[in-house]
Amino acid sequence: MRVLLPLPVALPLLAAGGSVLLSRWQRAQRALSVLTLVVVLAIAVALLVVADRDGATVVQLGGWAAPAGISLVADRLSALLLVVSASVLLVVLLYAIGQGAADGRRSAVAVFHPCYLVLGAGIAMAFLTGDLFNLFVAFEVMLVASYVLITLDGGSAQVRAGMTYVVVSLLSSVLFVTAVGLVYAATGTVNMADAAGRLQDVPEGLRLALALTLLVVFGVKAAIFPVFSWLPDSYPTAPSPVTAVFAGLLTKVGVYAVLRTQTLLFPGLGAVADLLLVLAVLTMVVGVLGALVQDDLKRLLSFTVVSHIGYMLLGLGLASTAGLAGAILYTVHHIVVQTTLFLVAGLVERRTGTSSLARSGGLQRAAPVLALLYLLPALSLAGIPPLSGFLAKLGLIQAATSDGGVLALGAVAAALVTSLLTLYAMAKVWSSVFWGTPSEVVPDPDPEDTLEVGTARTPRLMTGATALAVAGGLAITVVAGPLYGLTSRAADDLLTPSRYVEAVLP
Amino acid sequence: MTGNLTLALLMGLLYGVGTYLLLQRTLTRVVVGLGLLAHGANLLLLQAGGPPGVAPFVGPEGAGVVVTSFGEGTADPLPQAMVLTAIVISFGVTAFLLALAFRSWVLTGDDEVRDDVEDARVARERPQEQAHTDPEAEL
Repeated sequence: MRVLLPLPVALPLLAAGGSVLLSRWQRAQRALSVLTLVVVLAIAVALLVVADRDGATVVQLGGWAAPAGISLVADRLSALLLVVSASVLLVVLLYAIGQGAADGRRSAVAVFHPCYLVLGAGIAMAFLTGDLFNLFVAFEVMLVASYVLITLDGGSAQVRAGMTYVVVSLLSSVLFVTAVGLVYAATGTVNMADAAGRLQDVPEGLRLALALTLLVVFGVKAAIFPVFSWLPDSYPTAPSPVTAVFAGLLTKVGVYAVLRTQTLLFPGLGAVADLLLVLAVLTMVVGVLGALVQDDLKRLLSFTVVSHIGYMLLGLGLASTAGLAGAILYTVHHIVVQTTLFLVAGLVERRTGTSSLARSGGLQRAAPVLALLYLLPALSLAGIPPLSGFLAKLGLIQAATSDGGVLALGAVAAALVTSLLTLYAMAKVWSSVFWGTPSEVVPDPDPEDTLEVGTARTPRLMTGATALAVAGGLAITVVAGPLYGLTSRAADDLLTPSRYVEAVLP
Repeated sequence: MTGNLTLALLMGLLYGVGTYLLLQRTLTRVVVGLGLLAHGANLLLLQAGGPPGVAPFVGPEGAGVVVTSFGEGTADPLPQAMVLTAIVISFGVTAFLLALAFRSWVLTGDDEVRDDVEDARVARERPQEQAHTDPEAEL
C-alpha cells in the first residue's frame, strides 16, 4: 500500500509532462488524461479501504525519517476526500472533452489537459501531505495550474477576473509563507505531526496567533466570510468545466486545510471554535443573500458556494465528533452537488447562449432532461429530503442542537434560514430559466473564442457526464448510512490527534 | 533565539511598502508590491531558522566533511531550502502576472485591475440625474 501512496501526486504530474508532448495528437492526449484519472481514482479507493481498515498509511519521501523529511499521510479524511476529488475530476474531464470535441476549435485545448492534470496532482498533494511547507507547495502547484485554466481564453473578461484571482491567491500565499515561518520559529519544525506535539509547550497567546494566521490563509482559499469576495467575481468567467472543478474542489481544499490544522495543531482553543461558529453564521447568511440578487446563473451559484462553506465551518466550530462527522459529510456532498450545478449551468449556457436569468426561459419544455438534471442537485443543495443535502444538514443540525450552546443554537437558526433562502434562490433559477415562455436562443457573442455557446442543443457526452455527476449525488443518499459511519470514524481520528502523530512518528 | 533588529526592520519595511503597492490600481505596481511582500516573507522564514552559522552538512573542518546531525554553530539548512522553494514559486507566478499585465495592455491599452462586472452594471444602471445634479461626479 505504501508504494501506492505517492502515485496520486506523481502520476498526474508525469502524465502532464506526457500530455505536453502529445499536444499534437488530441485523441492521445484525452486518452492519457482519462486513463491517469481512472488509475488515480482506483488508487484512492484502495487507500480509503486500507485507511478505514488498518489506520493511516504513511510514507516518508526519500527515506528521510519524519521530522526532517516530508511525509505523506493517507488517513480516513484524506483518503475519503481523495476518492471524491478523483471522481469529480474524472467526471468533469469527460464533460470538458465533450465540450471540446463538439466545438472543434483547436486553440487552448492543448494547454487544458496538462494544466488540468497538474491541478489534480496539486489537489491530491494537498490532501495527502503531512508537512506544512509541503502543503504550501501543494497549494501553489494547484493554484498555478488554476491561474492558467481561469485565463485560458485570454479574452478581456478572463484577464480581468484572472487579475483579481491571481493577486488575491498570491497574497494569501505570501501570508502562508509568513505563517510557516512563524510556526517554524515557534517550534523548529514544519512537520505537522511533530509540530502538534511541540505546540503544546508554546504559550497559549502565541498558539492563538498562529492558529488565527493559518485560519486567515486558508480562509481566503476556502472563501470564508470577510475574505470571500474574490470568488463570485472571478469564477463565473472561466469555462464551465473549469468553474465546476474550482467551485467543487479548490474551496474544499481550503476547508480541508482548516479542518486538518485546527484539529491537529491547535486542539482545544475555545476562542477559535467560537470564532468559527460566528464566521460560519456570517458566511452562510451573507453568501446566500448575495446569491438571491444575482441575475447571472454562474454568479448566483458562486455565491451559494460561499454560503455553503459556512455549514462546514459550523461543524468544525462545534469541535465534537458529531459536528466534525457532519462537516466531513457536508464537504463530500457539497463537492459533488456544487460541481454538478456548475456543469448544468454550462449546459444551459451552451443551449441558450446566455447565463442571464432574465434572458432565458421555458427551457423545461425544450429540454426536459436538462431540467431534471438541474432540479435534483438544486433541491439537494437546498436540503430537501431524501437528497444528500438534507442528510448532511440533518447531521450538522443534530450535532449543533446536542451541543446546546448559545452560539451553536444561533448557528442552527442561521443554517435553517440559509437552507430556506437557498431553496428560494434555486426556485428563482427554476422559474426564470425552466418555466415561462421559451426565449430565443442568443447567438454566440464571440464566435472566435474557444467556448461555443447558443447551439440550441448539447453534445451527448456533456449531458452524459452531468448525468453521471447527478447519479453520484444520488448515490450519496443511498450509501448515506455507511458513509456517515466512515465520516464519524474520520471525525474521531481528527479529535484524537495522537493517532495521526503516532502513525507519522513511530 | 536571538533576533536581528536590522533584518526585523527591513522585513517590516518590505511588508509595509509591499502592502502599499498592493493597494494600487495598476497591475505592474501590484506585481512589484507582491514581490516585495514575498521578499519580506522569505526573510522571515530565514530568520525563523535562528542565527546564521557555519554552512550546514559541511563541517567546520573544511570541505568534504559531512556531518549528519546539525552540529554546534552550523546554520539550520531547512529554512534555506524552504526559502529557495518559495523564491522559485514567486518568480514563476510573477512572470505569469507580468504576462497577464501585458495581455491586459494589448487588450485594453492599460493594465488597470478592472471593476467587478456586477458593480459596473449596477453603476451603469444608477439614475443619471445624480450625475447631473452633482458636478463633481462627472470628474
